Amino acid sequence: MISVEKVSKRFGEVEVLRGIDLSIVKGKTAVIIGPSGSGKTTFLRCLNLLETPESGRITLGDKSIDFSGKTKLSSSTITSFRQQTGMVFQNYNLFPHLTAIENVMEGQVHVLKREKIAAREKALTLLDRVGLRDKANMYPHQLSGGQQQRVGIARAMGLDPAVLLFDEPTSALDPELVGEVLKVMKDLAEEGMTMVVVTHEMSFAKNVADHVIFMDQGVIVEKGTPEEVFTNNENPRLVQFLNKVIGR
Amino acid sequence: MADDRLHRIMGILSDSFFPLLKAGLYFTIPLTLISFALGIILAFLTALARLSSIKQLNAIARFYLWIFRGTPLLVQLFILFYGFPSMGITLNPFPAAVIGFTLNVGAYSSEIIRAAIQSIPKGQWEAAFSIGMTKSKAMRRIILPQAIRVSLPPLGNSFISLVKDTSLAATITVTEMFQKGQQIASVTYEPLWLYIEVAFIYLIFCTFLSNLQSKLERRYEKGVAR
Repeated sequence: MISVEKVSKRFGEVEVLRGIDLSIVKGKTAVIIGPSGSGKTTFLRCLNLLETPESGRITLGDKSIDFSGKTKLSSSTITSFRQQTGMVFQNYNLFPHLTAIENVMEGQVHVLKREKIAAREKALTLLDRVGLRDKANMYPHQLSGGQQQRVGIARAMGLDPAVLLFDEPTSALDPELVGEVLKVMKDLAEEGMTMVVVTHEMSFAKNVADHVIFMDQGVIVEKGTPEEVFTNNENPRLVQFLNKVIGR
Repeated sequence: MADDRLHRIMGILSDSFFPLLKAGLYFTIPLTLISFALGIILAFLTALARLSSIKQLNAIARFYLWIFRGTPLLVQLFILFYGFPSMGITLNPFPAAVIGFTLNVGAYSSEIIRAAIQSIPKGQWEAAFSIGMTKSKAMRRIILPQAIRVSLPPLGNSFISLVKDTSLAATITVTEMFQKGQQIASVTYEPLWLYIEVAFIYLIFCTFLSNLQSKLERRYEKGVAR
């Protein structure tokens, strides 16, 4: 489903990703953990080409892009690749001039060219799924952070992506609002959505993930089932990180 | 005696009111609207050029801004109307004024539009990209509607300024309101009262236009926390 081979990315002098190899099977949830600056967000952003790697290859569904070539990727290559993904942002990034339902319809109507009526219906179904059908006509600023993020998830799902990418979806939320977002994500995972999640929520990683990936300094240090990563793993970098985030 | 004078002034003011208003409606307002509409288009293109990664476009835009912001509007109008004929380009007063004001609005407003576009957070672009939009679609559907809201108050300022700046067209023989006022003043010898009357009509125009601006701002306010 997703396969990443030897992907590297640098920002100026800094090598943010150093030869990432990873594959994720359809219908599975991969959770990426790691200290800040480990490259996990950059890696996620490479998957939908918000960042362009310098080298390596990313395959997503039936589309594959090799980044070693010197020629710049055409915008149609980028958009068609990107349309297979949906992204949920740390700061929600909802469109403030559109209502909740218009946010979910926007891509359907103006990118996929769906009929407005069909798009509206789908948007309502998705808002229902994230528990916000009754907030459909509210503007983002009228919603709480948790509600905004759930609209963000519905918006990402509107284009029927093959994979959903989550970039620290609960990091900007008040603690009491984290649960409602994680609940929606857990439901999606159980329904068989393919997801890649960057998060600091270790309980989510433990309970929901099929694969846990630990990144540090631009490389994947450990990967495996939650069991393999969280229980009795003796990798010193991982142990040090887990001690920090979970507390001794 | 004082009664006589008052009578005379009242007579002049009421006789001149409609000719002045007519000059305003026939010249001042059209000159403002046409120049502003064309100026905004030019300003938008200039802003895009300034934001473009193509170096040549950027340089052209900068040069244009440098010239038109760095020289007085009055001098620009004189070059267009009195200077160009010696190069074989003769312009009628009204088109010359439209060109002058358009280029001016274009230069000043382009910076307003550029700042407004740049004030929209990067996350909005990324969210637009993430739902499969191209750059131009993201600009049209997501960024511009938000940037327009941000730029309305300062653009409204430019618009109101333009209404008043059109009085400079009098110097290149456009019989707009101020020119008309000068003509009447020169035959009636009542400059004080006539210019106050002219000022009053400008005030009416500007009041009406700022109300229009507030309405427009309210229309774009949806989705903004207050």
